[in-house]
Amino acid sequence: MQTPMNDLIDELRAACGAQHVLTEHDDLRTYESDGLLQYVAMPRVVVLPGSATAVAETVRACHRAGVPWVARGAGSGLSGGALPVVDGVVIALTRMRRILEVDLVDGRVVCEPGVTNLAISQAVGPTHFYPPDPSSQIVCSIGGNVAENSGGAHCFKYGFTTNYVIALEIVLPDGQLVTLGGDELDRPGYDLLGAFVGSEGTLGIATKITVRVVPTPESVRTLVAFFDSTGRAGDAVSAIVSAGMVPGAIEMMDQLTIGASEQAAHAGWPLDAGAALLVELDGSLAECEAQLQDLRRICHETGAHEIREARDDAERAIFWKMRKAAFPAMGRVSPHYYVQDSVIPRTRLTEVLERIDELAREYGLRVGNVFHAGDGNLHPLVCYDGNAPGEAERAEELAGKIVIACVELGGSITGEHGIGVDKKRYMPTMFGEDDLAAFQKLRCAFDPDGLANPGKVMPTPRLCGEVPGPYREHPLEKAGLAERM
Amino acid sequence: MSSSRQASRERVKPTSPQETAEALQAAAADGRSVRVIGGTTKSGWGNVVPRADVELSTTGMTKIVEHNVGDLTAVLQAGVSLARAQETFAAAGQMLSVDPPYGAKKAATIGGTVATADSGPYRHRFHALRDLVIGVTIALPDGSVARAGGKVIKNVAGYDLAKLMTGAFGTLGVICQVSVRLHPRPGLTATAHAPGEDPATLAAAAAALAVRPLEPLALDVDYKRGNGAVLARFGGVTAAQQAAGALEILRAAGLPDATLVEDDEPLWRRQRKGQRAAGGGTVIRIAGTPRRLAAALQAADALGARAVARGAIGTVWIKLPAADSAEQIAAIEELRARVAPSPATVLDAPDSVREALDPWGAPGPATIALMRRVKERFDPGATCNPGIFMDGI
Repeated sequence: MQTPMNDLIDELRAACGAQHVLTEHDDLRTYESDGLLQYVAMPRVVVLPGSATAVAETVRACHRAGVPWVARGAGSGLSGGALPVVDGVVIALTRMRRILEVDLVDGRVVCEPGVTNLAISQAVGPTHFYPPDPSSQIVCSIGGNVAENSGGAHCFKYGFTTNYVIALEIVLPDGQLVTLGGDELDRPGYDLLGAFVGSEGTLGIATKITVRVVPTPESVRTLVAFFDSTGRAGDAVSAIVSAGMVPGAIEMMDQLTIGASEQAAHAGWPLDAGAALLVELDGSLAECEAQLQDLRRICHETGAHEIREARDDAERAIFWKMRKAAFPAMGRVSPHYYVQDSVIPRTRLTEVLERIDELAREYGLRVGNVFHAGDGNLHPLVCYDGNAPGEAERAEELAGKIVIACVELGGSITGEHGIGVDKKRYMPTMFGEDDLAAFQKLRCAFDPDGLANPGKVMPTPRLCGEVPGPYREHPLEKAGLAERM
Repeated sequence: MSSSRQASRERVKPTSPQETAEALQAAAADGRSVRVIGGTTKSGWGNVVPRADVELSTTGMTKIVEHNVGDLTAVLQAGVSLARAQETFAAAGQMLSVDPPYGAKKAATIGGTVATADSGPYRHRFHALRDLVIGVTIALPDGSVARAGGKVIKNVAGYDLAKLMTGAFGTLGVICQVSVRLHPRPGLTATAHAPGEDPATLAAAAAALAVRPLEPLALDVDYKRGNGAVLARFGGVTAAQQAAGALEILRAAGLPDATLVEDDEPLWRRQRKGQRAAGGGTVIRIAGTPRRLAAALQAADALGARAVARGAIGTVWIKLPAADSAEQIAAIEELRARVAPSPATVLDAPDSVREALDPWGAPGPATIALMRRVKERFDPGATCNPGIFMDGI
């Protein structure tokens, strides 16, 4: 029987090529979750367009049919941002992975959304690099980075994705292709580019991305200092920042995560250390050398009992492997874990770590701490055994209390992973009704029909009023997926 | 922000975001327009529009709400003057890394600076103001007070309305409060100053520095009628040593007279000053790229104008020589033709000039349609600064 959905699938086959339209259950299963596996939803169809035109035709067809869609990059996101809408369309950008242009005079790279984060740095190295470096950079796509405004270990000094994206070609939810920003950095007009980056796929799909790349620093010095406790290491962070230093990265790991990572990276770090502080200075040779002395002195003064400096690139890579392996390595010490991404003002670090310890004891669960200490972005890893009755729920409750504690200290519910579906319930702890209403104004300007990644970011589904015009039934209303408020 | 020839009928000076929202709502309810002003140092920017019904000043909101020294953040009400904020931060060895000219009587406010996305030489190292504003509180014509972002430097919760408001010239609502990221002040500074006569050589020398792994605080080009220079400012305990390294690169790039200047603040004050025109003069801001820098300097040369440029960014301020309106209009048109496709926005200029041509230049039709959709959602009755923005928004 020919249904409206079958008609849509026919149109998608015409737009993307039949072999790039997946409708079989076994094929669709690959796409039922992103990097956050506890959320699962089965789409009706997955399309893999090969060009901006095909993306635009796909979105236009969905718009005509009133069917919601979710854009997806590598699927490595940790907030369920790419979770499909049940029986909706997933638009996977993984086939669009060409680097279109490299211009080192202006410091620009133009690429398609499916290009991996690391591939950009590789395309401009060794003289230049692309600073935002999420731990998943080997696999995560630049399109996903744009959607999530991804951070990484080096953003304390260098900033986030949003500070490096200068132009986007996007497909709006009605299928129209529009360019935001441009080759020039200081263009007049509304900063729609700034509003789009980090909008988690709810305002449209980026089909062409221009980023800035910067010269590779002349000198990089990486050291790790070991402390008795995370509190002591936190004091060191405060002292480093107060001294006016802006290191490329300041990362902290606690004893539990050092132990887990050691099993994966074998760096030979002391397993009895209460905390490891990984600090990377980069910049001019002279300035790095001068700051390195200060850094060593500060670490000693704040109680570091051992400091190791990476002797060469190979050792530096091992240090970083320890840090970047922390999430996956946690699987070696706990059957399951729940990752949080809250942020606190850096000066509240000791306070919040004590609170996390208290909560961990109260719930009888282990919490590993690994975080971007420079910018106060915590990644508590709440360990649990999903097979033990009630433990998953307790872990989630504990994680929620950590989030709330961070907001109460003046922080944020997410520093780099995004809201997605996972954290939208915490949005009201940070934002009031008027704040959410203002967010909705922006969303409605881009997507009045609510078809782009519905059910994400906002705590409760809401629809766009017309400006101006008579009432008409919303596609989601019609489908019983949302109510008018 | 737009100048108007007569005073508005009603003046309000709210002392809180809530009062601001109430004033906007009251105006919106009976279709009155509101012009938002701060220190009025940039009130001559944008389209010339009829006088508004209400003039709303943010100078009733002048609290430095927080300066979190250990966190390198601050929360400022919109009416706080940039100069005062910087003094406060400097006392703790910190700075808000945006350094545009403060305008007459140093009256530029943080709110007005954010609304106009103004910038100075530190744009080179510390990005633009959009990148330093980490949270915003806005009053909207529907009477609501909305916050976005927060007080921490890393935060992706919710939409980034702070960026949307930055450079929107108050046409989407009134910025009442902003949270900003601060940086440590560089203890010492030193500048490599390399004079030169030829625009192409200056641009090439700036480019040669820009691709090197140096970390200048600022990298500018200055040029007027055959007198020009590349200026690269460095900071930190090794500032002079770093600047000395830059001298070699500049000399090798065809600027043999490059010298080291340790007492460098006057040089940079002059650069900032070159971004503004007093008393009926005209300044145009070209949003270009490093590759197009030589052409922009040559265009300034052809007009006998002074150019102040961010060497690695490509943004150039052109100050036209004194002339009557007709000559200025002709000069702006010639400049735009020469620097196309770079947008060239007229900033300071007499009303007669800004009335005769579009100060904004034209963006693409699809982009402007999307901008209008955003405007309609935030300010459906066109209450806030109507007409002063791009395409008459």
